[in-house]
Order: sequence, then structure tokens, then C-alpha cells
Amino acid sequence: METLKKEVQEINTVKSVKMSGAEAVIRCLLEEGSTLAYGYPGGAIMPVYDELYKYREQFHHVLSRHEQGAIHSAQGFARVTGKVGVVFATSGPGATNLVTGIADAQIDSTPLICITGQVGSHLLGSDAFQETDIIGISTPVTKWNYQITKASEIPAVFAKAFYIAKSGRPGPVLIDITKDAQFGELDFSYNKCVKVRSYKAIPTLNIEKVKEAAVLINAAKKPLIVFGQGVILGSAENEFKNFIEKTGIPSACTGLGLSALETDHPLHVGMVGMHGNYGPNVLTNQCDVLIAIGMRFDDRVTGNLNTYAKQAKIIHFEIDPSEVDKNVKTDVAVLGTVKESLVEVMQFVKKGNHSEWMKEFHKLYEIEKEVVINDQLNPTKEGLTMSEVLAGINKETKGEAVIVSDVGQHQMIAWRYAKFTKTRSNITSGGLGTMGFALPAAIGAKMGAPDREVIAIIGDGGYQMTIQELGTILQTKAAVKIVVLNNSFLGMVRQWQELFFDRRYASTVMTNPDFVKIAEGYSIEANRVSKREDLADAIKKMTDSKEAYFLEVVIEPESNVFPMIPTGASVSDIRLT
Amino acid sequence: MEEKKNYTVSVYTENNIGILNRLSAIFLKRHINIESMTVSESEIEHVHRFTFVVLVTETLIRKVVLQLEKQIEVIGAFFHTEEEIIYHETALFKISSEHLYDENIQNKLKFRRAHIIAITERYFVIEASGLKEDIDNMYQKLKHYGLMQFVRSGRIAISRPRMAISDVLIEKS
Repeated sequence: METLKKEVQEINTVKSVKMSGAEAVIRCLLEEGSTLAYGYPGGAIMPVYDELYKYREQFHHVLSRHEQGAIHSAQGFARVTGKVGVVFATSGPGATNLVTGIADAQIDSTPLICITGQVGSHLLGSDAFQETDIIGISTPVTKWNYQITKASEIPAVFAKAFYIAKSGRPGPVLIDITKDAQFGELDFSYNKCVKVRSYKAIPTLNIEKVKEAAVLINAAKKPLIVFGQGVILGSAENEFKNFIEKTGIPSACTGLGLSALETDHPLHVGMVGMHGNYGPNVLTNQCDVLIAIGMRFDDRVTGNLNTYAKQAKIIHFEIDPSEVDKNVKTDVAVLGTVKESLVEVMQFVKKGNHSEWMKEFHKLYEIEKEVVINDQLNPTKEGLTMSEVLAGINKETKGEAVIVSDVGQHQMIAWRYAKFTKTRSNITSGGLGTMGFALPAAIGAKMGAPDREVIAIIGDGGYQMTIQELGTILQTKAAVKIVVLNNSFLGMVRQWQELFFDRRYASTVMTNPDFVKIAEGYSIEANRVSKREDLADAIKKMTDSKEAYFLEVVIEPESNVFPMIPTGASVSDIRLT
Repeated sequence: MEEKKNYTVSVYTENNIGILNRLSAIFLKRHINIESMTVSESEIEHVHRFTFVVLVTETLIRKVVLQLEKQIEVIGAFFHTEEEIIYHETALFKISSEHLYDENIQNKLKFRRAHIIAITERYFVIEASGLKEDIDNMYQKLKHYGLMQFVRSGRIAISRPRMAISDVLIEKS
């Protein structure tokens, strides 16, 4: 409290202007270069909304149809731009409706500022109307949170919040503002925050560790790189590419690492993990040095830890010290930003070529192609596969689209088959696996990247979790392309029921509404295809459209995603069928 | 299986509302019971010190301390084994005054860090301090007298090795 008081005093001594707390909130956002927010009004946040009205020329507010929709849109915006996403919600249910999105942003390291209204400070703790302890509720899923009870705290807290949200390993910050603090007056002046004494955003790079890593890399006969979202978050795509091209090391991505390196790069050997590619999973257990870059060894990536890359020396390039040795014991940990670390390590690594070792990946890819991919892309069965749809989208977009996926089978297919040529193009809920993410996230992504094609790939289950956001599309005219891959099942759960629960399809059959009519009800042009011969034209018609467009593709109901590492199995025991 | 041990975790934080919630959430999400906890001002102005005692493996405490350290308002977090610290607990025993002149009670007080800190017509209060085991022993000895109230503090501990907390502050500022 003392430190904050000091910060407030310091700011207040600078030249200042009198204004209300609510106005100060908008001014803080503008000072940080933020001009767009998503949200939903309500009693406790009304003073701020009144200022949003007054500032409507400078600051754009998108009215979502549910607070969860608002926060996923802010996440989509943040993920595609690298900027901080901003969300407004009222107290009580408005605030609690944000929680899923906050948890999602926390686990996927997405920078967000969530601003919630709160009951007047004299009512705090009294179970007032629409009062909820959102600070208590959001504590485990925020990078930082703070309750403002005095207008004078607003500039310092916002400056600190932006700094924390975007620095180091990014994450969500929640600011709860009591109604009296919004109405209250302050002398406004704004100083950006550049440090917080109890927080070290970026660990100091230890050059000795860099050298140790280089020694291992130079001596490796069969090295494998696994890269994650850290490459994207640290804007280190170029440094990463220089590093792999110099060392010639085969590189596989995690789900969130997708699009950090173009899919067709000769050293890109696919994706690791539960539904990743055969080669990089199997060869994880044959490589001699595993170089993890900006990834956190999620259980969906590693499978059984007791049999994960035990033969290999592990190097971990990581920004967050608490991720080192959390799941996989490392031999050399290089703490720091991926960008800085890779620039340093480049001085010490030799030019390399691993063409013999690379052949192993190609050999296993041929097996995967023969057993899985060919049949997915050119099926002998009548029913359409999800993979065909992705291949059709690749063809039309040439891999230049932003692909926003929801959660489930279609997500795994999107990750596996979508082609990426640009970074920040795979927007998805990775760590939390939030169904309902894609539709609102696609709205945010489109607003963040208005010149790019944004295509949401969604299952029939997840679509209905946030289907109300069609209203946001109607109102904002966000030109989002929505593809629902409809197999009338909660497909991934059904797949597990088929494989591990003797086909007892408990509550996974979906009786669905007429999705085309629903889209049309929101004035969105809509189409449904169920035949292979109509698919290519339908996709072309969708991508040709300059406006929002809905395409439902009726998919073979009982198809499975392979390869697959069953839970508890080793990465090298990945199943092709 | 790796052996579980008592670890004393010292966490230096800013003195802000809600920190306790943030710290306890880290233990909660790992399903760790907090055996004891003490919070007070530290040797550094405006910096608070939390002392937790938890029974876990070394592998786990290493991870937990890094996750505590990661919290924005945590300045530094450290963990120590029993051998690496000098620690103390305090307890208060409220006993009916009919036992005040009981020879056994007087004898017990002689040999321990314990003394009477209040006497009234109806009751008297014994304060005892020492290791957890000392307090446990004292409790066993006194419980026959029908304790009217018994309360014990959390552990306070000083580490034998240097905790570079001031260095952390300098480095971070």
C-alpha cells in the first residue's frame, strides 16, 4: 500500500488536470495507445460507459452479447496484434462471466486488461446487489489484480497494470473499480510504468548458460527443436529462423507455436503432442539433444513424463523461471527472452547440417501420410472429412488467413492441416481448452487484422456455447468467416468414448438447430454443404465474400483424429490407427 | 518415493491487500496443507514476511517457491530445511486457578521456557515457547489440568544461511 501511495503522490506532483475517475479510466487507456475495447454495461460500470459515450470519437467500444464473448474477442485481438486486449464488465455476474476468459488468457499468456465495476466502497463486503468478490475469485487466474477504491489511484494502477500485462511473460490483469471511485474526482496526469520493484519481467541472461547450450548443440548428432508460443510472444520469429537455418536442426512446434515458422519451411517437421505428427513424436525419444524454445512441456505435448526424451540432453530457452524443471528436468536452462537468447547463442553455434537425421523425419512422415493423411484428404468413404475442408481453405487462402479454432476434433484437424505463411495466424484456446472461444475470438482477430482473412473453424458443440456473438457480428459488420464442421456429436469426447469407454456415447449426441437459418436470422449470408462435389465452390464463395459469411459443412459423424498419444502413453507409442 | 520433509518457506512481499490469498492459492492448487503460518513486518520497511511450514518433497517445494516468487508483489521467496533454520513457536495455556499452587505445575515451569504471565481469581495463564516438540510436550503435561483454553502461534524462523533479500530488492529496483 505504501509503495502505491508513493507512486500516486509522485504522479500527482506532475502537471495535472481535474476529472472524474471514470474519465480517467478512458484517458489511461488512450495514454497506453489503446483505442478499442469489448464489453457489456451494467449498474456498477455505468460512469465509465458514460465516458465511453463522450469519448466515442477517440475510443471504440464493441458491445458483445455476453461478457465471455467480450473477453474472448479481446483475446483474439491481443493474440493477432500482440497488443493488450481491453474488456469492460459490470460487477457481480458481469465480472464472474469473465472468469473463463481470464483463466484462458492466463494459461495461454495473453496480455489483457479486464476492468470491472464494483459496488460503492461503503457497501463492500455487505452482499450488496450485484456484489461479488471478483478480486478473490480472479486471484488464482490473473497475473495481477487490484481493487481501486479512490479515484486518485487510477492513473498509477492502470500504468502498472499495462506494464505487468505486457511485459515478461504476458498475462491478464484485472482492475476492479468501486462506483464511488468512478464518480470521484482526481488530478489527472499519466506516467507510464517502467518498473515494479517486486517484479522482474525478464531474467538476466547468463552468457555461461548460452555457451553451455551451444556446446551441446554443436556436439549433437540428432538434435530436435521444439518451439512454442514464446517465439511469437517475444517477436523472435526472425531470430528463430536464423538460428535453425544456421544449425540445420529439424524443428517441431507445439500447438501454440504454430505459425511462428511457415508450415512449408524445409526444417519444419510438424507438430508434437497428443494429435501431432508421427515423426517428431517418435523421434523425441531418439534425439540426442532436445532444444525447447519458448514452450512449457505441457502434458499434452510430453505424454508420459517417465518415458519422455530420457535419452536426450535437454536445453530449455525460457522467460519464466518457474517453468524450468517444472515438468521436464533440464540439463541447461537459458533464462531470458527467446529473442535475446537466440541472438547470443548464434555467436557460439556452428553452421550445421543434419540431412541424414532429417531423413528419419521424412521416412516417418511418409508412413503417416500413407496410413492417415491420404485417407483424410482423399477419403474413400462418402462422408466428408474435416481435413478436406482445411485443405480446401488452404487452397483458397494460400495459407495467408488467420485460422481461429475452437476446441475439439476440428481444432486438432485445424492445427494439423492448416497451412501458415505468417506469424500470429493460429488463434486458439490451447492450455485451457475453452469451447466457445473461436467465434468471439475471431471477431477480435478480424478487428485486430482487418486486412487479413479471418476464418473461424468451429465444431457444432463449441459454436453453440457462444453463438450469441453472431449479434456482435451483425452490429459491427466484422467480416468474419465462420466454418462449422458439424458431425452432430461432441466429437472428441465421442472419440474417447469409442476408444476408451466401449462406445458408450454418454451425452455426446447433439440434436442441432438449423444453423443456416440462425445465421440468416442475424443477416449473415449462409450456406450448408454435405457433398464432396460442392465443397470447393462453397469455400470459394465464402472466401470471395467481403462480408461475414457462415458455412456449415456436414461431416462424417464418427470419424477419429489420428495419430494419437493415448493419455499416460509415451510420445513414441503414438498410434496411427 | 522421495521423502517428505518439513520445509520453512519465507516469502517477502509488498504490504498490500490480498497477498495472502495469492500465496495460499499456490499451495491450494498443488493440494498442499499449510501446517503453520506467521505474517509480520520484516527487517525492511514496508516489506512483509510470511513464514509458512509445509510437509512436502524437495522437488515439490522447489517448484512451489518459484511459483510464489513469480507473483508480482512477491519480492523474494526462500525455503529451508529444519537444519538450516533457528525457529520458535509460542503457546498460551489458560488453566483454572485451583491448580495454581499445584506442585507439579510449578515444577514443570522450572525446567522449561515457560512462565506465568497472568493470574486472576478464576484462572492463570502460562506462556511457553520453544520448538514445536517443546510445546507438544508442555501440552501433554498440562492437558490433565483441564485446559480452559490453549492456543499456539505459527512458526517464526531465522535462517542460518544468508537470505539475499536486500540484494533482491537492489537488483529489482
